Amino acid sequence: MESQVDEGLRSELQKQGIWLTSMQELYNWGRKNSIWPLQFGLACCAIEMIATAASRYDLARFGGEVFRPSPRQADLMIVAGTVTKKMAPQIVRLYNQMPDPKYVISMGACAISGGPFKQGYNVLKGIDRYIPVDVYIPGCPPRPEALLHAFMELQRKIDGQKLTGSAKAEFLKESSASEFPVPAFGAHDLEPPANPALFHPPVVERA
Amino acid sequence: MSPSPYFFLVVFIGVALVFPIAPLVLAWLWRKFFQPPKPGAAKNATYECGVESLGEAQIQFQSQFYLYAIIFLIFDVESIFLIPFAVAFTRLPIGAFVAILVFLLLLLEGLVWAWSKGCLNWAK
Repeated sequence: MESQVDEGLRSELQKQGIWLTSMQELYNWGRKNSIWPLQFGLACCAIEMIATAASRYDLARFGGEVFRPSPRQADLMIVAGTVTKKMAPQIVRLYNQMPDPKYVISMGACAISGGPFKQGYNVLKGIDRYIPVDVYIPGCPPRPEALLHAFMELQRKIDGQKLTGSAKAEFLKESSASEFPVPAFGAHDLEPPANPALFHPPVVERA
Repeated sequence: MSPSPYFFLVVFIGVALVFPIAPLVLAWLWRKFFQPPKPGAAKNATYECGVESLGEAQIQFQSQFYLYAIIFLIFDVESIFLIPFAVAFTRLPIGAFVAILVFLLLLLEGLVWAWSKGCLNWAK
């Protein structure tokens, strides 16, 4: 599926009006221009997400305006807002119910790390403790332009995914997981507090 | 020779069959050659907005709204039948007259029953 044709030859043919493509390019082109997000919002970031989808910022320009009410039809999960510990199991379960290939945008400080509520008792300190995140957007809340930028970054990522070979995309591998364990409510915290197979926080070395 | 005037129906049926089946076949081929299926417990579960579903969908429940159904029949469905009955009244044979009378009496019985049950009183 790799492009067998030399890049120079391709551009030369293009000048003559002959377009060559590969299955991989066609597949990724179709996918990246029809990313359907799952329709749910968690907090104030969701208001920015709604503004992004509405006419002023118009997510439809990128093919992502079809917010799906069911995870079965969604490609993208925009975790827009504060993930409380009560909400986290539902988020993970919804992610599990999405069909592959699926992507996650962690929108805003809360979804990345707990944000201003990081020291609190009831807010999850980052959704990447339980599900793999593709694009992080900083901000509190991020402006619609930031979400559009994240969307374009995701499109870039999808465009670069390989169909075959050893470097092929994760979701195409038989061994890669499609579902992740849903945390349960423990006595004091979610059990487990993070998915150890997924969450590798940076170790701070102090001199 | 001109084609049959209904030929376009055949074309329509062909398109109506190919249009949904072709993407399904393509998706099936794609799954077969590229993307390994990954079913799982959560993925195959019933979708209930992220929470786990409780119990079965096929349960018995009380039909609490039968009173509304009866009154709807009396005041709504009956009037639909009454209008053609009134329009054709002078030309009706005796059999049709008796048939509609049976229908009206049955509904009248329902009205008497609903009235006596107090369904027509305003809720205090």
